[in-house]
Amino acid sequence: MQQTRSVEIGTGLFVLLGMSALFFLTTQTTGGDNFSADDTYEVKAYFDNVGSLKARAPVAMSGVTIGRVTSVIFDPDRLQAEVTFEIDSQYGAIPDDSDASILTSGLLGSQYIGLQAGGSEDSLAEGSEIFFVQDAIVLENLIGKFLVNSGSGGSE
Amino acid sequence: MTKWGRDIYDNAVEFLRTFGAFQLFFLRLVRHSPRMLVRRPGLVIKQVYNTGALSLVIIMVCGFFVGGVLGLQGYSNLARFNAEDSVGTVVAMALIKELGPVITALLFAGRAGTALSSEIGLMKATDQLSAMEMMAVNPVRRVLVPRFLGGVIAMPLLVAIFTCIGLFGANVVTVDMLNVDVGAFWQQMQATVDPDDIREGIFKSIVFGIVASLLAVWEGYNAIPTAEGVGRATTRTVVITAIAVLILDFMITAVML
Repeated sequence: MQQTRSVEIGTGLFVLLGMSALFFLTTQTTGGDNFSADDTYEVKAYFDNVGSLKARAPVAMSGVTIGRVTSVIFDPDRLQAEVTFEIDSQYGAIPDDSDASILTSGLLGSQYIGLQAGGSEDSLAEGSEIFFVQDAIVLENLIGKFLVNSGSGGSE
Repeated sequence: MTKWGRDIYDNAVEFLRTFGAFQLFFLRLVRHSPRMLVRRPGLVIKQVYNTGALSLVIIMVCGFFVGGVLGLQGYSNLARFNAEDSVGTVVAMALIKELGPVITALLFAGRAGTALSSEIGLMKATDQLSAMEMMAVNPVRRVLVPRFLGGVIAMPLLVAIFTCIGLFGANVVTVDMLNVDVGAFWQQMQATVDPDDIREGIFKSIVFGIVASLLAVWEGYNAIPTAEGVGRATTRTVVITAIAVLILDFMITAVML
């Protein structure tokens, strides 16, 4: 009897340890931008260039994650990329003339959407569109511009 | 020439037969599994203890040092690009997606797989399995299924423990010894590791758990009932499990990437 008891205790300990290891892995190694909210509203924005923005990328305001990109698709009518993202409903009072820009966390980090508050009285709601947008900065274009500028500067 | 041809033909047929018998054996175990899990959970728990809890020491020690060496290697290579802050990402990705499941499966084959096949082989050699049949007890259900299930349950948990301890080992080596910033270590890891990566690791661990325990039980059950036969079955368990796990790992990664 004593032996089965110690076997059972050992098994219990082992399973508990394994479960907590799994829990640790799923919560501690991922996340950071692991946004989840029960109640959200969806907002749209159109960009000429989204860079490498992907679904699930965070939407941040003042650096705090308040939402998540749900889809990035190409709109064939407008010939622009349509980015849909959801924002936690507790941040319901965001002015509807706020602007959205695609930013990069760190020099080579992943891209996210940064919102900058506007001054309007009305706030964003389900289905509204953000009109003031700023495209992703593409490093190649930047280098290209820099080379062209420095070239013309040298000839003068 | 004709003798050669016949040899190859015979071998091919024999291989197919073994392979087919193996599949049927697997189906047989799966068919009996739910019933054993409900009716005799005690037997399964005993095997979870034997294969899982008793493998904890080797898993934890190896996990710590694998994580540590990944941290060292990652650090010394990343330091060339002044990117030693990303060492957390490198270690976590390697451990969660590849090394965690694979090394745990290999260790599992060495620690638990051999124990399973030699135990079952010896039961067969000493006619314990035939004795059970004589008493109208189905040895597949009474002996093999709990051992198979124990391994299947224990494996994902062992992989999770291995990976966690590995991360902890990397943390000790890089943060405490090589002065990587602890915030950068964990934050860069959290920014890069996706829930999908963890899902891939868990999926692999489940597949490897099934394969490793299945092979161990199969080899034991089909051992030639002599001292030499049991020894050979034990060796084959390790060899075949290692090959199967590494090939499967490649295939799963290729499909999931």
